[in-house]
Amino acid sequence: MHRFANPARFLKIANAVLPWAAGLSAVCFVAGLYLGLVASPPDYQQGDTVRIMYIHVPAAWMSMFTYSTMAVAAAAALVWKHPLAEVYAKAAAPLGAGFTALCLLTGSLWGAPMWGTWWVWDARLTSVLVLFFLYLGYMALVDAFDDPARGNKAGNILLLVGAVNVPIIKFSVEWWNTLHQPASVFRLGGPTIAASMLWPLLLMAVAFQSYFFAVVILRIRAGLAARRVQTLRLGQAG
Amino acid sequence: MDGFLSMGGYAAYVWSSYGAAALVLVGLLVLSLTGLRRVERTLATLEAAKPRRKREPKVGPVPTASPATETAP
Amino acid sequence: MTRKRRRMMILALALLGLGTATALTLSAFRDNIVFFYSPSDLAAKPPGGRTVRIGGLVETGSLKRDAGGLTVTFQVTDTAKSLPVTYTGILPDLFREGQGVVAEGKLGPDGVFAATELLAKHDEKYMPPDVADALKRAGHPGKPGDVPASGAPVAAGEEHQTSTLRTNP
Repeated sequence: MHRFANPARFLKIANAVLPWAAGLSAVCFVAGLYLGLVASPPDYQQGDTVRIMYIHVPAAWMSMFTYSTMAVAAAAALVWKHPLAEVYAKAAAPLGAGFTALCLLTGSLWGAPMWGTWWVWDARLTSVLVLFFLYLGYMALVDAFDDPARGNKAGNILLLVGAVNVPIIKFSVEWWNTLHQPASVFRLGGPTIAASMLWPLLLMAVAFQSYFFAVVILRIRAGLAARRVQTLRLGQAG
Repeated sequence: MDGFLSMGGYAAYVWSSYGAAALVLVGLLVLSLTGLRRVERTLATLEAAKPRRKREPKVGPVPTASPATETAP
Repeated sequence: MTRKRRRMMILALALLGLGTATALTLSAFRDNIVFFYSPSDLAAKPPGGRTVRIGGLVETGSLKRDAGGLTVTFQVTDTAKSLPVTYTGILPDLFREGQGVVAEGKLGPDGVFAATELLAKHDEKYMPPDVADALKRAGHPGKPGDVPASGAPVAAGEEHQTSTLRTNP
């Protein structure tokens, strides 16, 4: 763990991973889109709207995955003062916000024809909206201080406080009556999705996941370079 | 082909979802790439203008990690 | 090392406190967080003249449309109790017998729930139509929702209608 916190070593590994992640993402997107849009059957109840699932569910998973990793990074930054942890959290935040926005938007587009409403304030939808605001709040907060160190610290605390929302999102559909249905894949007793629909879903999930890794590596590189620019400028000024 | 495009009458909902996904994912990728290029250019000019310091071995513009200043304890 | 350990302890304690506080708050406001009540909830706690949401399954065989076709009546059931509901308006595409439904409205003195808004709720099962047909032929007429892959055959919707504060690993 500490080993990877060295930015130089991290960059060496990340640059080696980058082409593989990008390639895997491209391949899985092609396969997932083909299976999802062309080769998979419509649902017996929901017809072709079920194809929205192949975007909606991976986006939802990634919105929670991204936030969870950011919260872990925030803890590492607060306890061990890893410089890389803060760079990671900042790099991942816009991606997480993007996934969450996509999840909310596609959910709305799915709910309108099927549920009969674009939006309801049930526990699942509301907690995901809170997640979206946590991302936005974090991004605003880290930039709100003149001293970047203080901004990062405030952002890290917000990330950790907001982490309670992640299990709430996950279990909201079991703890409370919601309009949103319970989990179909990560549940006790196995998935309740027919194999012909589970495959495109999993392919798209891998595509989203590897897309995230590829883009977050680019963003971490940019973040590390920006830190370097900052130190150089400080050195010139001093 | 017609059936494929009409998505059983739900074309507007299905295709907007995929369109939104393309927009968000491609948009974030493009923003990240342009951001990276911009900061790497700034860094290159700064490092070129900087008076040589002894402990900085010159490496390519990409792995700019500067281990000397940023190594974790 | 000791400072790091102290920071870790403070962080762990703060998170523990935050988690506990959140759990307590959420369970205290449970009644406000649920999106709808089941017919059993309603029987136990009559809403009076308040506008509430009820949810359950549209009982198979209970759906009736009036001559004009815009007003429907049906029974909403949570398998323990059921409640007659009337609604006038456009139905969501997913609304049908045997599927979940959430209705917002008022319980009349005659015991009929007059809904002003109707939402369809679906379960967590997804499958192609031919699989659903095959399951139906194989003798699951009432509940075509049992996907073969699923371990525990649960009547569609039953799980969440009766949902209480379950713990889950």
